[in-house]
Amino acid sequence: MDKDTVIKIADLAKIEINDKKIEEISSSLQKILNLVNEMNTINTDDVEPMSHPLNLKQELRKDEVLEKNERDLFQRNNKYIEDGYYKVPKIID
Amino acid sequence: MEDKTLIELKTKIQNKEISSYELTKFFLNRIKKIDPKLNAFITVTENDSLKKAKKIDSEIAKGNINPLSGIPIAQKDIFCTKGIRTTCGSKMLEDFISPYDATVVEKLDKAGMIIIGKTNMDEFAMGSSNETSYFGDVKNPWNLNCVPGGSSGGSAASVAARLIPCSTGTDTGGSIRQPASLTGICGIKPTYGRVSRYGMIAFASSLDQAGIFTRTAKDCAILLSHISGYDVKDSTSSKKEVPDYYKECTKKFEKMKIGIPEEFLDGLDSKVAEVFTESINIFKSNGCEIKKISLKNSKLGVSAYQVVAPAECSSNLSRFDGVRYGFRANDVKDIDELYKKSRSQGFGDEVKRRILIGTYALSTGYYDAYYLKAQKIRTIISKEFQNAFKEVDVIIGPTAPDCAFKLGEKLNDPIAMYLSDIFTVSTNLAGLPAISIPMGFKNKLPLGLQIIGNHFDESKILSLSNHYQNLTDWHMQKPDMLGET
Repeated sequence: MDKDTVIKIADLAKIEINDKKIEEISSSLQKILNLVNEMNTINTDDVEPMSHPLNLKQELRKDEVLEKNERDLFQRNNKYIEDGYYKVPKIID
Repeated sequence: MEDKTLIELKTKIQNKEISSYELTKFFLNRIKKIDPKLNAFITVTENDSLKKAKKIDSEIAKGNINPLSGIPIAQKDIFCTKGIRTTCGSKMLEDFISPYDATVVEKLDKAGMIIIGKTNMDEFAMGSSNETSYFGDVKNPWNLNCVPGGSSGGSAASVAARLIPCSTGTDTGGSIRQPASLTGICGIKPTYGRVSRYGMIAFASSLDQAGIFTRTAKDCAILLSHISGYDVKDSTSSKKEVPDYYKECTKKFEKMKIGIPEEFLDGLDSKVAEVFTESINIFKSNGCEIKKISLKNSKLGVSAYQVVAPAECSSNLSRFDGVRYGFRANDVKDIDELYKKSRSQGFGDEVKRRILIGTYALSTGYYDAYYLKAQKIRTIISKEFQNAFKEVDVIIGPTAPDCAFKLGEKLNDPIAMYLSDIFTVSTNLAGLPAISIPMGFKNKLPLGLQIIGNHFDESKILSLSNHYQNLTDWHMQKPDMLGET
């Protein structure tokens, strides 16, 4: 994995990477990819992918409100609240 | 008192030989005295625990008694606990007070148990040594220079050191079984869907499962019945009826056919192989038939796991944006910088590494080569297990390739760290239940025996574990680091 890819991926993942560490990170990610590439030692052309170990179906229910809105309780974990809103830096100029 | 099992403590409370207050105070004192050496707890809830114990004592006096009334338990700090700080071992959630309880927490509360504290863990459960925790390393009670395993390192170390009779854990690729093995206790990872994941901070949702640490299989069985069952709040939880695992595992032992995958023995450490062979011989001479089997693709488990787990982690952890809860960085000029700085300063190196790998595996053009390929390998591994279970009742092997390693030994070598889960990851990929129980020692450090069952065959693996514990006393050994014995 080259440096440019690391920079692109980090941007997608919203993670800031220190320039000095890029080399170290790209080398450790490459080692993981080498391990992952062992998957290619087996042919999987006719194999169905497995997304759930028990192949259960997603349960559906009626779209009804079951819980009350507890905004104030949930917002207690945040110091940047004003009138029930989350304050963030200016988004639109 | 610290050597009493959960069952013995239950009897003592119910016979009013000891009050819940006395019991809770006893373990709190033990934590105060011993935990500074281990760092197994991130939060100890002394006041709340004693208050609750008093309340339970007064209920007991009125004759209102629940199955596990008044017995303390430690919760892994990945389970949301209402009003108690829930950090997940991360700076990101250092100050997070959960507004609700996880289903596992709620169920144990209903059974009458008392939370004594929240245990240390690898950050967001990502690690096999408990060294990625923002709150410091946990030490192995058998040797303070060694790791206790991870990610549920604090939960395992606290039970091994008798700071608490039982604790909860979670297992995504071995995070209950590997630390149980390295600290010489029992740890069970149930079938995927057996226990609700609601309120358990998500790492890799298709692999994560909650479980239990105790010192005996019987104690494990009791707690497992209490935490299992369908939960409307977790659409992946199973509606299958929950057996009385204690009753199931203590009834007359019926002969079992035990499979041993030859791949698990290839290149195995000679001392681990020797100890494992002794266990096989115990089963052989006590009513079990041993059969060699092959799980030839299980070795691909680690590579498939290193795609599925990071991919799901990168998606799950995208919720930590610094806006609604969790760590927020200061001095940012725009929203993009707020996200980036909060995540970069709030997450540790291993978590960031997995997010990057996961983001890469899911990015445009790579999905088929990585995530889809890994899901296909899951199918292959799962089918291999299903074929094996046509011939045998359970599968056994060593839980980990070796005993506990030294602190710092593998921290800068992610690949070596990932390979310590080589025997445990494939059961998560296939969603199978598995337990680790103590089977001997190497260099005075415990070794674990893993017993894997078919889906929802928890009764079988618990029954075989109990049978083994009736024939051996490895589970009775305790660490001598505290100068108590």
